[in-house]
Amino acid sequence: MTSDSKPYSGEQANAAPLPAGGPNPPRSPEPETSAQAAPAGESLARDAWRRLSQNRAAMASLGLLVAIILVCIVGPWLLPWGLAEVDWNAFGTGPTLENAHYLGTDANGRDLLTRVLYGGRISLSVALVASFVSLLIGVLYGAISGYLGGRVDNLMMRFVDIMYSLPFMFLVILLMVVFGRNIFLIYAAIGAVEWLDMARIVRGQTLALKRREYIEAAHALGVRDSKIVTRHLIPNAIGPVIIYVTLTVPKVILLESFLSFLGLGVQEPLTSWGVLISEGVDMMESSPWMLLVPSAFLAMTLFCLNFLGDGLRDALDPKTR
Amino acid sequence: MLIYTLKRLLQAIPTLLIVITISFFLMRVAPGGPFDGERQLPPEIEANLMAAYHLDEPLPMQYLRYMGNLLQGDFGPSFKYKDFTVTELIAQGFPVSLEIGGLAILLALIVGLPLGIAAALKRNSTVDYVVMGTALTGIAVPNFVLAPIFALVFGVLLGWLPAGGWNGGALPNLVLPVVALSIQQIAYIARMMRASMIEVLGSHFIRTARAKGLSESEVIWRHAIRPALLPVMSYLGPAIAGIVTGSVVIEQIFGIPGIGRYFVQGALNRDYTLVMGTVVFYGILIVVMNLIVDLLYSALDPQIRYDD
Repeated sequence: MTSDSKPYSGEQANAAPLPAGGPNPPRSPEPETSAQAAPAGESLARDAWRRLSQNRAAMASLGLLVAIILVCIVGPWLLPWGLAEVDWNAFGTGPTLENAHYLGTDANGRDLLTRVLYGGRISLSVALVASFVSLLIGVLYGAISGYLGGRVDNLMMRFVDIMYSLPFMFLVILLMVVFGRNIFLIYAAIGAVEWLDMARIVRGQTLALKRREYIEAAHALGVRDSKIVTRHLIPNAIGPVIIYVTLTVPKVILLESFLSFLGLGVQEPLTSWGVLISEGVDMMESSPWMLLVPSAFLAMTLFCLNFLGDGLRDALDPKTR
Repeated sequence: MLIYTLKRLLQAIPTLLIVITISFFLMRVAPGGPFDGERQLPPEIEANLMAAYHLDEPLPMQYLRYMGNLLQGDFGPSFKYKDFTVTELIAQGFPVSLEIGGLAILLALIVGLPLGIAAALKRNSTVDYVVMGTALTGIAVPNFVLAPIFALVFGVLLGWLPAGGWNGGALPNLVLPVVALSIQQIAYIARMMRASMIEVLGSHFIRTARAKGLSESEVIWRHAIRPALLPVMSYLGPAIAGIVTGSVVIEQIFGIPGIGRYFVQGALNRDYTLVMGTVVFYGILIVVMNLIVDLLYSALDPQIRYDD
């Protein structure tokens, strides 16, 4: 996927020309190419933030996303119903103001809004933790491989190639079947699936970075290899990593919902958007809101993450014009 | 080309070995055995059963035996579908899955490519915004949400198409599953095609072609499309993997007797041999598909030659 996000970043056309230093470190301290208006000495993060904040779609997505997260965290405390609390007067009622079932109840009389918010906590926590696991493995693996180079690099990347062609989805399912459906296993399994791209990206960055003078200087000063990797290489390769993380998060959410939908993910009494959608599918003829509400939350979150990812890519990629 | 193909096939061997080994040992460390039913079996019957399935041998022996059988295309007996071997179940389910998956890939290409090209040619126009907006929706709404909504709207409310079932692969039964399976891939392909088309249209050789005085349609059809197809081609590998995974859900929702459904049923029933057999089968399938895609890629891109 290259820079295919023009429609969302129309405003950037009249923004100031980009300074030459994006996520990749600048070739020289002074940007050589942009003579007109390069804001000198602006930090990478601030520059990226300035450009991101000019992208209306991305900012709106960010706002909505923050709202969804806050509602999922705070909402369940404000609502009168509990996750598994049964309202004996309302089995499968549609959205109504009565008894505070704002989005209706399921066939067992449990408040749908409450369940969707609790489910959101699980889905979002899986997204967060699993993405972090994949980030950790991918960045370390890629940085070590790229930095050591030579035969080790060759071997490590060959291993990634082999992993690439594994039908991971199915191995994850096998894992869930064998070890039972446990939320920590979901975190770890999904994280362990998604690190491959990250490792490749970071390795590429590291290969390009390690020939630079400041790394050589660090070597000359006798800094240990492990320190060079963690202090100098990883922080400088961070741009593409951020972009990739925003693309990983929706993938992870989708994967978790997929597993839960098949009945292989989160188990009662916990719930997640995937579980709720799958319950909704069973009931969709009589109570369509049970399918539509969790689907809407899931789709909205994925939408926002995709927009935000596109926006971040535009903001951090020096090649976008 | 032939040497390259052979080399790739050789490289596929360790991959498949890993898949098989991981699945085999995962299955064996699982708590509980295949015969732990609600009813406790008398010990001598259980011992007989274990012996019949060679479960009483030491693990390395079992592993070698499984490998040996696998080489002959024998995935072992299914524990739940008593009278069937896993091979028979796969042989039954695969043609069905292949039909749905193949049609979905075809549909994704037939719809996705022209949409992407149109969006690239009319960049920043209404067409572009509509196509890209729809594509983003296609990516954001997963197929396990779309499929039931399709079934509800077109199957139940409007009654145009059957909401589920296979009916021997009759055309009306095919429409909804194939469309639901392909939507996400249509969206990805349209986005990629648009991006690569825009990139190609900005390149020097297109400027040269225009400067030569070629008509716009000739520039696009003879010069721009082929190089623009390359990134999409390299996406076909992941696309096929995506379709295969998606078919698991789709078959479940529409009640289609493909391997995806056996896989899920097997997973839920802890039919270990069936789950493992399907995982291995999918592994082989994805490896072979990736190889085919790479060969196709070299046929399209003159810069890539595999014959060294």
